[in-house]
Amino acid sequence: MARSLKKGPYIDFRLENKVTQLNEADKKTPIKTWSRRSMISPDFIGHTILVHNGNKFIPVYITENMVGHKLGEFAPTRNFRGHTSKKDKGKR
Amino acid sequence: MARIAGVDLPDNKRGIIALTYIYGIGRASSKEILEKAKVDINKKVKDWTDEESKSIRDTITNEYKIEGSLKSEVQLSIKRLMDIGCYRGLRHRKGLPVRGQRTKNNSRTRKGKRKTVANKKKATK
Repeated sequence: MARSLKKGPYIDFRLENKVTQLNEADKKTPIKTWSRRSMISPDFIGHTILVHNGNKFIPVYITENMVGHKLGEFAPTRNFRGHTSKKDKGKR
Repeated sequence: MARIAGVDLPDNKRGIIALTYIYGIGRASSKEILEKAKVDINKKVKDWTDEESKSIRDTITNEYKIEGSLKSEVQLSIKRLMDIGCYRGLRHRKGLPVRGQRTKNNSRTRKGKRKTVANKKKATK
């Protein structure tokens, strides 16, 4: 179910503050974050954000099209490399 | 035979049903269109006068996005998802269900015909 419009988009305060600070200083240093649940707001455009995927930080360069999505959508938590074939099993 | 937006409408069906043969028009919007064009929704297509079919055609072309342009819009939004590399886009790329359904079994609509893996060992005891 979609979030109530009354509340507005959810962005972690600390992350938002960091981005506005960087915008004021006109710098584009990467920001590390664990806040996968934060919505990408238009302020984020052009920044690189390191989004945690549970293991490591995935660099995500924010473009205009990504606004409105959540940060977590761009850092997959599972990495499926395919099933082992019969040959591979013999080697083990 | 009435022809709207490049689609032949069946003669022997009621207007509200016949319009749903057009891609992008379902029961709800079909009803809306017929009300706007002031045509009885129970009137069959073969009984439409030229005037009525013209006003229906006009309301559809002016207010609704249908057929080709709607299909291309859907394709574009899927392409957008794939280009920004978000989770939903990845699922579209792999041809797997996008909205979090299970994939252990079923989801054959997205995955297509079963591809059996040959020589799967039979369980012994």
